[in-house]
Amino acid sequence: MATMTYIDAIARGMWEEMERDASVFLIGEDIGAYGGAFKTTKGFLERFGEDRVIDSTLSEAAILGAATGAAVVGMRPVAEMQFADFVTCGFNQIVTNAAKIHYRWHLPVPMVVRLPSGGYIHGGPYHSASTEAWFFHVPGLKIVAPSNPYDAKGLMKSAIRDNNPVLFFEFKYLYRRIKGEIPDGDYTVPLGKGEVKREGGDIALLTYGSTVHFALEAAEILRREDGIETRVVDLRTLLPLDAGLILESARATGKVLIVHEANLTGGIGGEIAALIADRAFQHLDAPVRRLGALDTPVPYAPSLEEAVLPNTTGIVQALRELAAY
Amino acid sequence: MAATKMLAVPLPPSPSVTNAQKIELYYCMRLTRACDDAILRLYKQGQVVGGAYTGRGNEATAVGSAFALEDRDYLFPMHRDLGAHLVKGQTLRHIFLQQLARDGSLTRGRDGTGHYADPSLRIYGNVSHLAAMIPVAAGVALASRMRKEDAVVLNYIGEGGSNVGDFHEGLNMAAVMKLPLVLIIENNQFAYSTPARKQYAAAKLSDRAAGYGIPGVTIDGTDVMTVYAVCRTAIDRARKGGGPTLIESVTMRMHGHSASDDASYVPAALLQEWSRKDPVHTFERQLGKEGLLDPDKIAALQEKIAGEIEEAIAFALAQPLPPPGDAAEGVYAP
Repeated sequence: MATMTYIDAIARGMWEEMERDASVFLIGEDIGAYGGAFKTTKGFLERFGEDRVIDSTLSEAAILGAATGAAVVGMRPVAEMQFADFVTCGFNQIVTNAAKIHYRWHLPVPMVVRLPSGGYIHGGPYHSASTEAWFFHVPGLKIVAPSNPYDAKGLMKSAIRDNNPVLFFEFKYLYRRIKGEIPDGDYTVPLGKGEVKREGGDIALLTYGSTVHFALEAAEILRREDGIETRVVDLRTLLPLDAGLILESARATGKVLIVHEANLTGGIGGEIAALIADRAFQHLDAPVRRLGALDTPVPYAPSLEEAVLPNTTGIVQALRELAAY
Repeated sequence: MAATKMLAVPLPPSPSVTNAQKIELYYCMRLTRACDDAILRLYKQGQVVGGAYTGRGNEATAVGSAFALEDRDYLFPMHRDLGAHLVKGQTLRHIFLQQLARDGSLTRGRDGTGHYADPSLRIYGNVSHLAAMIPVAAGVALASRMRKEDAVVLNYIGEGGSNVGDFHEGLNMAAVMKLPLVLIIENNQFAYSTPARKQYAAAKLSDRAAGYGIPGVTIDGTDVMTVYAVCRTAIDRARKGGGPTLIESVTMRMHGHSASDDASYVPAALLQEWSRKDPVHTFERQLGKEGLLDPDKIAALQEKIAGEIEEAIAFALAQPLPPPGDAAEGVYAP
């Protein structure tokens, strides 16, 4: 066992996969000699060489298109978006090419797109976005969003070994803030499986990524101050959703709060709420509640950013309202 | 409307083309045209249910360019490049299975026309967002070089599609990385209804190559021997590690954008002018002068082609449509 930060766990996952499979390579802006904007790939160039750690031109479309092409002929590229915000410039490559290839051509597209995501870092409107919902609507993609070092490494390894385009949302807020125990050597976390982070029979709180940590804090406050027991579920994979775990959690508690950092309207929480309404309605004791960021760009000033993004206080309040319903 | 000016370019030393190869080139051009005509017939009969796109006027470019490829090379064609599919070895049965959306087609009815991939022939068809294929083609060139395959990727775009950002981003990356990619701009004067003069202000599109630090050349895309010679040189250069070449092949789209487009916006005089440069007839006359073709040989070839197409269409029409119960199958790879 080793204690590792979230960002080092991501790097470790890539490193081990590059050691075990020569078809895995990295491509992105500033990832080689500089080691990446967040230093995720520091040391990779020295170990794996410039054929497998490619400093690309500044072009998300070229990075994502080239990764798609390489994947179609059997390589396993890991493409880095410097910030999840910049994936807009390569959106077409993901949704038009990568996502549709297997359906049309019956050829696997084993590629991973890394997307440093989210706010709480005073990055302003162009370095703080949560962009996962844009891709959630696209058949052919998989989406993961780990909340901790163990899952980050295990999901990275699963994503690289998967035969489909996997969007790997990693949370900048967690990069060096969250540390965890990681077993030595090879292990994977399966795609499509959520995890119960905390048991509780009164309310189910479904979340992923950065807000998992706020959710756990809020659940502890509710237990301590209100005697309310909250089951906290980390979804881990967003596409495909772990429908079984979502429905089981709704049925077991009868009250559901969905929390995500991304803004509310058109967010993944809406689909989860619809799934529960469709298939667990008769088990509900209250309307399904959703909590997300305000429907604004993520603002720059700390006072504004705090007002826009979800936090522990807001989750506590939503849980109390739900408990009282 | 003035056609793009073709500046005299020094042609490379002509690669030796045997008489047998010349006949093969002619056969492939004739086959391409006959296939296109058959697809239009099937469209008018209601058998082709979506769009029908022909390459009439583009046969020399499609056939001559693909003829310069080796088996191990990759083809990323467009919707006017049926001839390139055929030269690379695609069967007529698969062409018509695709056109007719049958269960046994290479996309199992999930996509139509040339939008298929056939890894055994190293053909990777286009998406409708044509320029989006350029970065993908660059990625295949990258992977191929990593694996030391000694292979080249040949990709095509139109004068319209050359204005999309992916053109710049893909070609620039390929140039910086010296990838084995050859990109042909088929300048056929119209992007749907929009004439070339409304698409770009450059004197010629190959001038753009200078911006990427790669060679660029504009050629007469109706002359199959020129197309072959220039592509052969560019492909050889790419194979030796010299990086990409941009080739503007000037042709004329002699049909509408698709079968539903009567192309009434194309001036009749322009069509007449280009009719005189019809690539199939031009090459036919040339081979006649060289003593390689005569009316009897041409008739025999036409008859052979008609029979081959008839067989393929009959085969494809006898196949079922894909079962609707399978519609959700194949979104994800196992």
